[in-house]
Amino acid sequence: MEELLSILEELHPEVDFETETGLVTNGIIDSFDIVTIISEIGDRFDVVVSAEYITPENFDSAETIYDMIQRIEEEE
Amino acid sequence: MKNFLKITISLLIGIAGLFLIQRIFLPKYTKDVVEGSFIEEYYDDKPDHDVVFIGDCEVYENFSPVELWQKYGINSYIRGSAQQLIWQSYYLLEDTLKYEKPKVVVFNVLSMKYNEPQNEAYNRMSIEGMRWSMSKVNNINASMMEDEHFVEYVFPLLRYHSRWNDLTSDDFTYIFDTPHESFKGYYMRIDEKAASNVPEGPALTDYNFGENSYYYLDKITKLCKDNDIELILIKAPSLYPYWYDQWDKQMVDYAKEHDLTYINFLELTDEIGIDFEHDTYDGGLHLNLSGAIKLSDYFGQYIIDNTAVTDRRGEAELSAKWDKVIAEYNQEIENQKKEYNITD
Amino acid sequence: MLFASYEFIGFVLVLFALYYLVPKRCQWPLLLIASYVFYFLANPWYLVFITVTSLTVYGCGLWMGKIAATQKEYLSKNKENLSKEDKKTYKNQMKQKKWRVLLLGLLFNLGILAVIKYTNFTIYNINSLLHIFGSKARIGFIDILMPMGISFYTFQALSYLIDTYRGTVEPEKNVFKFALFVSFFPQLVQGPISRFGDLSKTLYSKHKFDGKNVAFGFQRILYGYFKKLVVADRMLIAVKAIIAAPENYQGAYVFVGMIFYALELYADFTGGIDITIGIAQVLGIEVTENFRRPFFSKNIKEYWNRWHITMGTWFTEYIFYPISVCKPMLKFSKFSRKHFGDVIGKRMPVYLASFVVWFATGIWHGASWNFIVWGLGNFVVIMISQELEPLYRKFHNRFHVDGHTSYKAFCVIRTFLLMSALRTFDCYRDVPLTFRMFGTIFTNWNWHILWDGSLLSLGLSLYDYIILAVCVVILTSVSLAGRTGSVREKLLKKPYPVRFVIFYGLLVCIIIFGAYGIGFDASQFIYNQF
Repeated sequence: MEELLSILEELHPEVDFETETGLVTNGIIDSFDIVTIISEIGDRFDVVVSAEYITPENFDSAETIYDMIQRIEEEE
Repeated sequence: MKNFLKITISLLIGIAGLFLIQRIFLPKYTKDVVEGSFIEEYYDDKPDHDVVFIGDCEVYENFSPVELWQKYGINSYIRGSAQQLIWQSYYLLEDTLKYEKPKVVVFNVLSMKYNEPQNEAYNRMSIEGMRWSMSKVNNINASMMEDEHFVEYVFPLLRYHSRWNDLTSDDFTYIFDTPHESFKGYYMRIDEKAASNVPEGPALTDYNFGENSYYYLDKITKLCKDNDIELILIKAPSLYPYWYDQWDKQMVDYAKEHDLTYINFLELTDEIGIDFEHDTYDGGLHLNLSGAIKLSDYFGQYIIDNTAVTDRRGEAELSAKWDKVIAEYNQEIENQKKEYNITD
Repeated sequence: MLFASYEFIGFVLVLFALYYLVPKRCQWPLLLIASYVFYFLANPWYLVFITVTSLTVYGCGLWMGKIAATQKEYLSKNKENLSKEDKKTYKNQMKQKKWRVLLLGLLFNLGILAVIKYTNFTIYNINSLLHIFGSKARIGFIDILMPMGISFYTFQALSYLIDTYRGTVEPEKNVFKFALFVSFFPQLVQGPISRFGDLSKTLYSKHKFDGKNVAFGFQRILYGYFKKLVVADRMLIAVKAIIAAPENYQGAYVFVGMIFYALELYADFTGGIDITIGIAQVLGIEVTENFRRPFFSKNIKEYWNRWHITMGTWFTEYIFYPISVCKPMLKFSKFSRKHFGDVIGKRMPVYLASFVVWFATGIWHGASWNFIVWGLGNFVVIMISQELEPLYRKFHNRFHVDGHTSYKAFCVIRTFLLMSALRTFDCYRDVPLTFRMFGTIFTNWNWHILWDGSLLSLGLSLYDYIILAVCVVILTSVSLAGRTGSVREKLLKKPYPVRFVIFYGLLVCIIIFGAYGIGFDASQFIYNQF
């Protein structure tokens, strides 16, 4: 989780990712950010997030992203 | 219940409003293009005419019912409109027969030359004034140009909506009723413009009238026969549009075949006494009042001599009505004299 | 049948009446019949294309569904005796199978689209190449029937296919229901491109007559016609005049044309979508919004999140993401970071994917270079603004302009002008000419035409310009009012007579000021020959 938060904060230092729950729905992160996040996740967690996982529900908060990573890890 | 009332009232207001707007936007034909109102005026006249003319401007500018009345006691009406196409004449006749059975119907054959719809504006002027009936519906369907829509005849506002920047005070003054512009369907002009060198018509590739034209001429003939009406085909003495000999022959043949009278007044101009120096107001296209009087005198005599039409000047009620028209007619002559600076 | 035709209005009104008269279970079949009739009336042959697409995609969907079901069953049956590794291999196997089905469906239907839309464009380009290399040989163009709305319904069908592959939607079992999803007539011609998961929620359900919903639907339809007939079609007259005579209309005219074209396109497209969504709403069906006040965007990226939204998401979800997060791309990302440095390297995948997306967006709009150049123009502008972002931030921090209304307004106007300028490509439909004409805005200094009456030569009278000005004010106010919630809901709070006057007035405005029909031309009535 810490790792993930650091990825996010690098991207948008001005956002409080621990409380924000509308990253996509409120338009805080855009498609470019999502791709950057995914490639960082690939680097640091060694998890491949394929396109079908990119949904607003999965990316709306740090928590949901973290859940998603764990789900993918479990499946693999 | 409350909702129902609300909706009903809104609908009523809405429809009434649109109706009012439509009335405002309809062209009133009170200035310049007065012919647009002729078709509608017929319904205000008592329908017991002995002679009814149908056709284009060659009837409504060349014959004067007032003259026919004054001189012969013939009670006649002209259901003419600008560039009235032959099926429009047919449907107007159908429409007329719903109200009355004249003894004689006179049809001017110039429109035989048009086999297809020609012009949206003239369609409007011929059809819009008709009362709604199947005749009008069929007339519209037969007349529409490619870019016209039936619904625009039902709701003419859809056709005339873009008049919003040409509306004049007349559109509001005559919102429900436009003043009469014709004298029993006659359009009077008293000014003169001599006909000088009317050109021969250019050679045509095909002189035969179209199938559609004949189809409706047959229908007119049949309608008259079925109703015991004498149909007289005429070609008015207008020099232009050019009336070809080949066309004339077809009409002569048609009349013979169907046992009808066909009179080509172009051949009788000398006998009638029409002088194209003075008897036309637009160089031979149409006669002015003096020409129309001469033609009416001649044709009235023919009708009295050859048809069942009789002199009705003895009928007091009818005479009284005509007297009113005659007064307006004379007034109009005075007005036009002033307008065109004519002194006798 | 165009939206703005008596036939269409009659068709829709009859459908509305039938829809609420037939038994509720017949409502969606009625819509299917109506949609096919609508398409049939346009051209009977179109039905062949849309049926083929519907059937193939439906079939592939079922097939993938079956594979998924087999997988589930197998896994639950052998829950105990399979190792984690085994499960993984099995899953991958099945995924491969599904992938092949998906590919089949995609290639087949994109193939149809490509052949129909791009054959002549390809021939054109081959001919140009032949010309460049001095050959006199030319390939003749082929007369291909282009089914109305094929780009839209193909994309809509394919989104279903990909969603089924991804498992985000359950495959539809009923072929007729699926056929309705592909052919639903209000959105057949110009979108929105609905997702199955969204549209199917309300498309097949039984709908009771709901007065408020129906009234709202009609209000939206009216507003749509207002935009289309009063604003768009009126502006179109001037736009056409300017485009038709590039040698006469240069400099400030081009600028006027550019602004008018942007507004015309907006009014026409959003108006059409309003009609679509309004019709669906009367039917009780919810269609995804396609616009969110795009002209209030502060930058191009935001603009593309608010203009033609369903197309944007389609490209993002089905092209941009798959390309930018696929394994080869991640490898490429690592590679480029090593060789170009961290900053640029990181962005390479995104840029590459964006390039593909914008090229595709361009060519999707139409098979010609002007659309491709337009698409890539958007790409360039977005990339530049992305790269300049740090610079902007510095600027903002230095001058503290960020929250200021005037600065926001500046951004909005800048974005509007930029987007309008890009649109001139699809206005003139000729790339070199567009560049030349655009150049004249700066070289031909003739701004006096804006006030010396020259604009009256474009086919619009002074009154028309006044109407347009009033309309722009109305559209802007409605948009502004919409920022804080549905305008119709707000109006609902007003007394009934007020609402009646507003919507009745709107109707009367459309009827009177709409630029439709045979313009009544008094001169036509002047008595000349007969």
